Amino acid sequence: MKTTYREALRAGLRDALLRDERVFLMGEDVGAYGGCFAVSLGLFEEFGPERVRDTPLSESAFVGAGIGAAIGGMRPIVELMTVNFSLLALDQIVNNAATLLHMSGGQCHVPVVIRTTTGAGRQLAAQHSHSFEGWYAHIPGLRVLAPATLEDARGMLWTALQSPDPVMIFEHGALLGMDGELADDAGAVEIDHAAIRRSGTDVTLITYGGTLHKTLAAAEALAAEGVSAEVIDLRTLRPLDDATIMESVGRTHRAVIVDEGWRSGSVSAEISARIMEQAFYELDAPVGRVCTAEIPIPYAKQLEEAALPQVPAIMAAVHDVLGRMSTSVDGVPVLAETH
Amino acid sequence: MSPVEPMMTTEHARHLQHQMLRIRRFEERCVELYSAAKIRGFLHLYVGEEAVAVGVMEALAAQDAVVATYREHGHALARGVSAGSVMAEMFGKVEGCSRGRGGSMHLFDVATRFYGGNAIVAGGLPIAVGLALAAKMQGQPIVTACFFGEGAMAEGEFHESMNLSALWRLPVLWCCENNFYAMGTALARSESETNLAVKAASYEMPAWTVDGMDVVAVEAAATNAVDAIRNGGGPHFLELRTYRFRAHSMYDPERYRDKAEVERWKERDPITMLEARGLVDASTIAELEAAVSAEIDAAVAFAEAGSLERIEDLTRFVVSEVGAP
Ligand SMILES: Cc1ncc(C[n+]2csc(CCOP(=O)(O)OP(=O)(O)O)c2C)c(N)n1
Repeated sequence: MKTTYREALRAGLRDALLRDERVFLMGEDVGAYGGCFAVSLGLFEEFGPERVRDTPLSESAFVGAGIGAAIGGMRPIVELMTVNFSLLALDQIVNNAATLLHMSGGQCHVPVVIRTTTGAGRQLAAQHSHSFEGWYAHIPGLRVLAPATLEDARGMLWTALQSPDPVMIFEHGALLGMDGELADDAGAVEIDHAAIRRSGTDVTLITYGGTLHKTLAAAEALAAEGVSAEVIDLRTLRPLDDATIMESVGRTHRAVIVDEGWRSGSVSAEISARIMEQAFYELDAPVGRVCTAEIPIPYAKQLEEAALPQVPAIMAAVHDVLGRMSTSVDGVPVLAETH
Repeated sequence: MSPVEPMMTTEHARHLQHQMLRIRRFEERCVELYSAAKIRGFLHLYVGEEAVAVGVMEALAAQDAVVATYREHGHALARGVSAGSVMAEMFGKVEGCSRGRGGSMHLFDVATRFYGGNAIVAGGLPIAVGLALAAKMQGQPIVTACFFGEGAMAEGEFHESMNLSALWRLPVLWCCENNFYAMGTALARSESETNLAVKAASYEMPAWTVDGMDVVAVEAAATNAVDAIRNGGGPHFLELRTYRFRAHSMYDPERYRDKAEVERWKERDPITMLEARGLVDASTIAELEAAVSAEIDAAVAFAEAGSLERIEDLTRFVVSEVGAP
C-alpha cells in the first residue's frame, strides 16, 4: 500500500485508539483543527472530543495531566506540537515522568507516551527547528524513540504503549510528507534494536530520524566511488543498542555518526564515547561526526542548509576516516562540522 | 472606568488610517511574495487586527519598549521599524532587521526598542516583566508594552508574569489581542473564564475590555493606561477584542470556524470603520493608498537588492563580538 509517514503515524494512532479503550490522545489542536501537521486528521470525528482531546496552550499542565492519567490507569498519548514547546513541559517530563517510579521505590509506574515533532529544514528559524531528542536521551527513566521509516512511524506507537514506563517518540517534521510502500498488514514493531538499513564493509554510518535518508543518499554516492558504507538506523536513542553498533564497527573498523543535534553533549558524542570504550582496538581511524553547526538554526535558506548535516559533509567525513582528501561536491563547499 | 476618547482631528485620523493601510497592504504583498517563494517558513498575518497595534503604539513614547509575538509585522511597522528592513528580513537578507536570521517571526529592532518577534506562545511575557523591572530599578519613566494572543493566557508564563508585574508594581501594559481563536481552538474551548479582563483583574491590576476593531477606542484606552503606568500606577491590562480575517498561518484549512462568522467580522474591518467616521475623505484615502503602494514597492525593491549572508559568517552572533553595553 502506498502511504506517507504522516498517514502511517495516523494509522498507528487510530489502531491504538481502536484496540485499547484506555488510550486517548491529548494535545493542542489535535482535534477540531485536525492536528497542527494534520497527523491526527479525522480522528476527532471518529473518536470524539473525549478521546481526541484538545487542550489549551498549557504544555506543562497537560503533560503533567498525561502523567497523572497514566498513574490513574489510562494510557494517554500526549502530543506536543514540536520539541521546542516540550521545553515548557520539561519539568513534568524530567522531574515527574522519569523519576516517579524510582522515587516511589518501584510503586508508581508512568505508562505515558509523549509524541512530538522534531528537526529543522523548513526555514522556521530558531524557536521551531531544534533537535532536543538528545537531551531526553540523557534522562534515566525515559525511553526515547525516533522513527525514520514508514514501518516505524506505523508501528512504534503500539509497542510504546505496552511499556510500563514513559516513552517519548520524536517524529521528524521534514519526513511527514515522505511516501513509499508499506505492507497492508504492517503493525507493531519491536523497539529494542537498531536496524542496519544498508550493508557495507568499509565504514559504518550511524544515524537516526531525519538524517537517515541523507545518510543513505551519501552511502549511495559513496558506492559510486567504490566505498561500501553500512548504514545503521538507531531507532531507539535510549537505551542505545550498543551490540548492533559494536558488531558493525568490528567488521568495518571505521565509523561516522550523523546527528541533527549539536555536537557538544549530543547523541553522537555518547555513541563516539561508547565506541571508544567498547571497540577501541577495532578502529582503524578516529570516529567521525557530522552534526548541526553550533548555532540557533537561522531562517535564511542558505544559512539553514549550511548549518544542517548534508550529503556532501557526510561524504567528506567518510573520506576523512578513510584517509582520503575531502572534496567539494558540485561546487558546494563542505562546511558542516565534520571533526 | 471607561476611557474617554480624545478629540479626533482630521490630521490624526489620516495618520491612523495611513498606519493601518501600511500594515494591511504590506501583508497583502507578503502573501503574493510567499506564493512566489520569496518568503518562506511560517507567515502569520495580522489582517483584521491592525487597529490594535496602531492604537497602542500611538500611546507609546520613543523610550518605551515593545515585546510582541510571531504575528508582529504590524507591530514592527507601527512602531517605526522600516518596511524595507522588515521585508528584507522576510527575504532572509543581511539588510533585514534581524540580518535574515530571524525571519517573519523574529523581527527585532533595538533602535526602536522593539524586542521581538517571539514564536514561543507567552514566551515574551516574562521578558516584558524584566524590561519593566530594569526601568523601575533605574528610575526611568519607561513603559513596556507586551502583546500576546488570548491563547497565551492559558500558559503558566502568563500567570507567573501577571503576578510578578503586579506584586512588584512594574510599568507594563499587557495587551491581550483576543481574536477568539488560538490556531483552531476557540476561546470557550480553552478558557474556563472567557471574560479575560476579569481574569487579569484577579491579579490586582486595572483591566479593561476594549473594542479592538476601533482604532480610536484602542488609542484612547492605551493612552489612559500608559499615563497611569508612567505615573507609578503599576501594570495595566487591556483585552482588545479583535479578529483574524485570514488563516492562522499560511497553511490552515480553517475547519474550526464557519465562513459566515468570518464575514460578519469583516463588516467591522478596522480600516472601513475608521473611514466611516467620516474624518478622512475619499481623495485623502486615494493619496494614502498611493503613498503606501510606493512605500511597499520600495521595500520590496530594497529586499530584492539585498545580499545573502556569507556562509563563512554562519556561526556569528552566537556569542557577542563586543563587550556588554
Ligand atoms: C509554547 C507554544 N506552544 C505552541 C505553539 C504553537 N502555536 C503557535 S501560535 C499558536 C496559537 C496561539 O494563539 P493566540 O495566543 O491566541 O495568538 P494568535 O495566534 O491568535 O494571534 C500555537 C498553538 C507555540 N508557538 N508555542
